Amino acid sequence: MIRVEGLSVNYGAVRALRSVSFEAPSGQITAVVGANGAGKTTLLRTISGLVSPQSGTIHLDEVSLLGLATEKIARLGVGHVPEGRGVIEELTVEQNLRLGALSSKVNLAEGLEEQYARFPVLGDRQRKYCATLSGGERQMLAMARALIAKPQVLLLDEPSLGLAPQVTAQLMKAIRQLCETQDLTVILVEQNAKSALRIAHQALVLHLGSVVASGDAATVAADEDLRRYYLGVAVS
Amino acid sequence: MSVFLSSPFMHNIFAGLAQGIIYSLVALSLVIIWQSTHVLNFAQGAMAMIATYIGMTEIDRGIGYWWCVIISVLVGMALGGVTERVLIRPLYGKPEINPIVVMVGFLGFLEALAAAIWTSTTRNITEPFSQIYFKSNGHLVFLSSFIIFQIVLAMGIMLSVAALFRFTKLGLQLRASALAPEVSRLLGVRVSRMLTIGWILSAGVGAIAAVIIASGNFGLFPTDMDGIFVASFIAAAVGGLESPLGAVAGGLIIGLAEQFILAYWSPDVAPLGGIIILVVALMIRPQGLFTKNTIRRV
Repeated sequence: MIRVEGLSVNYGAVRALRSVSFEAPSGQITAVVGANGAGKTTLLRTISGLVSPQSGTIHLDEVSLLGLATEKIARLGVGHVPEGRGVIEELTVEQNLRLGALSSKVNLAEGLEEQYARFPVLGDRQRKYCATLSGGERQMLAMARALIAKPQVLLLDEPSLGLAPQVTAQLMKAIRQLCETQDLTVILVEQNAKSALRIAHQALVLHLGSVVASGDAATVAADEDLRRYYLGVAVS
Repeated sequence: MSVFLSSPFMHNIFAGLAQGIIYSLVALSLVIIWQSTHVLNFAQGAMAMIATYIGMTEIDRGIGYWWCVIISVLVGMALGGVTERVLIRPLYGKPEINPIVVMVGFLGFLEALAAAIWTSTTRNITEPFSQIYFKSNGHLVFLSSFIIFQIVLAMGIMLSVAALFRFTKLGLQLRASALAPEVSRLLGVRVSRMLTIGWILSAGVGAIAAVIIASGNFGLFPTDMDGIFVASFIAAAVGGLESPLGAVAGGLIIGLAEQFILAYWSPDVAPLGGIIILVVALMIRPQGLFTKNTIRRV
């Protein structure tokens, strides 16, 4: 479980997050939705230690993550798939996966086998350089690379970015399955609010760095005002 | 056969190989630092020179050749680590020109320091193997034990560097840290440690090259490594900055080209050989002769 309390982040004079608080329970997907510049990516980067907050606390179960180096947070079991996927193009699919496994004590051969079974296309392309992969394949690789370390928490930043609607639907289904079968804590940042809210258990709506709504995902999705003013989803 | 091996042509081949091996070793050190930090260390040669001068000082106190090699390499590695921590680390995330400018300044500082401490005179180490050419059927074969030692050493280092980057966890982390530091940190890689290790390994290999130069007939001078650095940089660019095999091949090509121009044309024109090869190589394969060309999906 991730617990965030009173988190504030400034970029110079710009306040990116304003006293954000929420809990992301184990085995559930917490969707973080909002328009561009709402602070969604900053929230994930702060949890991962890439950005230092001005105030607030972040706990992974009972362990405080505040002030820890990013690599230490990763080794504690926080997997982060960054915006743009972050696959290393100059390395092969297998090398990217091996890199993902380094921070944990998982058996590499078993880990690779598990990920190739989960994403068969990666098995077919294991010796290929990542520069040759399509957007969907890169997203699968980024997910597999985070999952191979068997994280407790998975932070997903805009996983549907640049993907066709059909691929996005498959991806969201896979995220839901993963969460349920692996007892993962998933924090899913998405601009595609409709897709995210469909698979999430709970939701957090950010606007200009502040939480304007939170609660059960279905309830948030059904709130016409939230959909109209903050999520950019057409109200039928 | 012995007549052929003692011909002027073969003499130039062996002399070119001997010089090329030195370029190869310095080029290998540049490949290591590029692969693990994506920084080009313009003070690489000067750092190796300082490390070797310190090793030679210990020889004056009575230690043997191999202890001098060990001390030089260890000093070179320590200097590499300290340089990364003190001079380069504050520059990460700043414009790419910054480390280049700082290292060019550091190059001048180290050369002035060496001249101030050890004076601007050439210093030699007595080599561990004979420099006298072999004989076959009464004919001189322009190959000595020392040249064979150099070749075996360079090949051993090349294979070790290639194996490090291709087969080991450390090599994978070094490459990833240079290619994508933020992503690597998100995957649990201790990037700052990897960058320091990259500088340490690179400086160690550079020091080996400087020890070999100091063991040769001409010895080592505080600014000797400048020309060698330029030729080695060309060698690394020709072979490909991501390929240990390319660094060695590039070094040998440049060494041979310089030797043949020197022998059959003019010593003044010899350095031009490398430049011409670089231009032609970059026109044919801009990524280097031995770097894989990856098709990129756009």
